[in-house]
Amino acid sequence: MSQEFKHVRVRHDGGVVEARLLDRHILDELVIREIGEEVDRVVADAPSPSMILDFADVEHLSSSALGMLITLNSRLQDREGGLCMINVCDSICEVFRITRLDKVLSMAEDYASARAELLGDA
Amino acid sequence: MAVPESWSRNWRTCGTRAECSEVMETVQAALQEAGLGETAAFAVRLSLEEALANAVRHGHAGDAERPIDVSAEITGGVVRLEVADEGPGFDPTAVPDPTAEENLTIASGRGLSLIRAFMTDVEVVPPGNRIIMTYRVETSGGE
Repeated sequence: MSQEFKHVRVRHDGGVVEARLLDRHILDELVIREIGEEVDRVVADAPSPSMILDFADVEHLSSSALGMLITLNSRLQDREGGLCMINVCDSICEVFRITRLDKVLSMAEDYASARAELLGDA
Repeated sequence: MAVPESWSRNWRTCGTRAECSEVMETVQAALQEAGLGETAAFAVRLSLEEALANAVRHGHAGDAERPIDVSAEITGGVVRLEVADEGPGFDPTAVPDPTAEENLTIASGRGLSLIRAFMTDVEVVPPGNRIIMTYRVETSGGE
């Protein structure tokens, strides 16, 4: 089953929520707030608090977007779940490395690896 | 199309998304025309976005309608950006290090740190309401 919101396309896949970000540029405060609200709603409704966030379409993000990711990660961890990001381009990986958020937020090579990491079935 | 030796532009703008996007798109088009490459484009876009966001959020206490002065200049492989707001300014040495272990899970406070990481030189001019950011394209290797 998949659902499409304004900024996120969501698919539920056996214990994991896959959310694909649909904006190329995640810079505007309003857009970031709306993405946060959309993923919050998905997480609140989901039976499983594990989420794979797909960055395949994202080229730029701002420090405010990093804040939204930190908050989302904390919410998921509070429910004993987790967040794993996939398809993160090199430039955005560099942003995570510089801010040392690569120590806090998980990234995986692909969907299967992310799923294995979240469900512990590697 | 011939690449001009230098390009510059000044704006008296504000922090609304429409105004910021117009500045951003103009600078990105100039970078592309100057052939400075994707690494430069990413660094400049990110830094300009963060500087404008800081001007609105901190300089103008969230008021996106207050004026912001922006200038951009490209000369050869050097990009110089300047963003000034009407706020009281801030002391950049008083900003907590967002990469310190105890600050890693704090949701805000990474803008200036990212600007410093991606640009070659960054100067916050006292009293702290004007930032000058310079990006130099590396001539050996890289792009």
